[in-house]
Amino acid sequence: MDIVVCVKQIPDPAAPQSFDGSNNLDRSGKLILDEADTYGVEMALQLVDAAGGGEVSVVSMGSAADVAGVRSALAMGAARATVVSDESLRGSDALTTAKVLAAAIRRHPFDLVLAATESSDGYTGTMPVQLAELLGLPSITFAKSVAVEGATLRVQRQTELGYDEVTAPLPALVTVTAGVVEPRYASFKGIMAAKSKPVDVLAVADLSLAGPVGAEGAREAVVAIDAAEARQAGEKHVDEGDGAERIVAFLESIKVL
Amino acid sequence: MDSAPIWVLAEPAEGSFTTTSLELLSHARTLSSDVAAITWGAGGQLAAQAGEYGASTLYDVGDLGGALPGVPVAAAIAGLIAGGAAPRAILIPTSYDGRDVAGRLSARLDRPVLTNATGLADDGGLVTEHPVFGGSLVVRARFSAEGPGIVVVRAKSFAAEPAGGAPAAVVAASPGELGATNAAAIAAHHVEERTGPQLEEAAVVVSGGRGLGEASAYALVEEVAGLLHGAAGASRAIVDAGWVPYSRQVGQTGKTVKPTVYLACGISGATQHMVGMKGSKNIVAVNKDPDAPIFQIADLGIVGDVQKVLPALIERLRAR
Repeated sequence: MDIVVCVKQIPDPAAPQSFDGSNNLDRSGKLILDEADTYGVEMALQLVDAAGGGEVSVVSMGSAADVAGVRSALAMGAARATVVSDESLRGSDALTTAKVLAAAIRRHPFDLVLAATESSDGYTGTMPVQLAELLGLPSITFAKSVAVEGATLRVQRQTELGYDEVTAPLPALVTVTAGVVEPRYASFKGIMAAKSKPVDVLAVADLSLAGPVGAEGAREAVVAIDAAEARQAGEKHVDEGDGAERIVAFLESIKVL
Repeated sequence: MDSAPIWVLAEPAEGSFTTTSLELLSHARTLSSDVAAITWGAGGQLAAQAGEYGASTLYDVGDLGGALPGVPVAAAIAGLIAGGAAPRAILIPTSYDGRDVAGRLSARLDRPVLTNATGLADDGGLVTEHPVFGGSLVVRARFSAEGPGIVVVRAKSFAAEPAGGAPAAVVAASPGELGATNAAAIAAHHVEERTGPQLEEAAVVVSGGRGLGEASAYALVEEVAGLLHGAAGASRAIVDAGWVPYSRQVGQTGKTVKPTVYLACGISGATQHMVGMKGSKNIVAVNKDPDAPIFQIADLGIVGDVQKVLPALIERLRAR
């Protein structure tokens, strides 16, 4: 079974964030593999193991030439990567991203596409389903668990009340929620092996896309960016055995108790 | 007021529309004199509620036959538009099924989506609001091409207020032929037992984070939530660690809550978390680290170990 995992290289979420001169998230620093994507990579590796064969590949898109984040996915065990890397992609919206990834994914046969429910930086959360529509695939989003039985997917999909058992024939697209598998740490051997694994770097011109990409293809514009109303810090007490008592008194003062 | 139609995806749940759907219908009334709701399942039965919250038309996609809503509902909306309907915008709740509909519809119509909106105003054109960087900044955005624009809106962005309108006129909306994309089928529903209110509706939310130290300590959070008749939430860190399911997550990539009081237990206050709870009326935080960012927005901060403070709190609440 061949599985494609969509991954994103993002600025380190732990570092301070800012906008660039074009009101896009500043991505000029070092980019890392979005931790949210490691669950999809892990799940793909487990599914291919369970199927007794096949290949896990990753696909990514970005405006920077950096592929270090993608190598992290290869170090976990993915066999190869396709990266669409082009300065003209800067400012692309979710739908353009889906079009670019669809074109890249179509270049190789696959049985299953996995993605995170949303990226940790843009968190639009619509790209995977847009991608499924463009690829003509059924999709099951917010998966808690994924199993493949023959040519059928069996997924537990998160709901407000619990979960639904959902099935779909392959090929299909699934988004996985964080925390559902434990992503493996890349071993030293894995990190070394990743250095020689194939990374196919494509430019936009290598894909036969119909419309413009990047800011030109995005049909949304930022009107303004303003500071939000700030909250004031209130009282702060060091617990000396009286913390619970203070909380109760506060809840009484706001009439919750 | 503008007369160009605004459509709202109104999600059915247990014989009613979801609260977020009602919030969107209520707000749509302030933007257009022509509001329509789109629903599925036993839609006709909800015509009175749709009308009460301001919709004059209720498009009913009907029974989905076990399919997930994303594909058939988006196809039905696209069908109405192909048939000549021209909504100015389509408002969709941020929810599991809502996000599916938005993604499918966007790709089908080749129209852009603006997501995680917490505000929507008419300023010559529709302008959306999006909190970013932990809610410290607000980005306002607009669509720069012909409509309809698709806007996915966060829960609790607007108040749900009935206007007392007559029942909406029910119009059948067919998804048409769907083919392979509609092949995902629900085989069974599993309802996990929940006592107390839903996270997004609760007046009291008690959330836990890494500071709990271990997965089993989350039981303390659940117990405090239960004693306060509230709901239990979580930071992304412990969802990522697999301690609690994604449905409990509060924050940027989780739920937005605005309770009367939010009790953050062992949560440091990463920007990712703050954006989902800083609209709470009152915030109480318990954390070992006196410099934790959560204290900058807490009305009451207790610098201490949640493993000590929560058991003491449980004891006091039980004694009442």
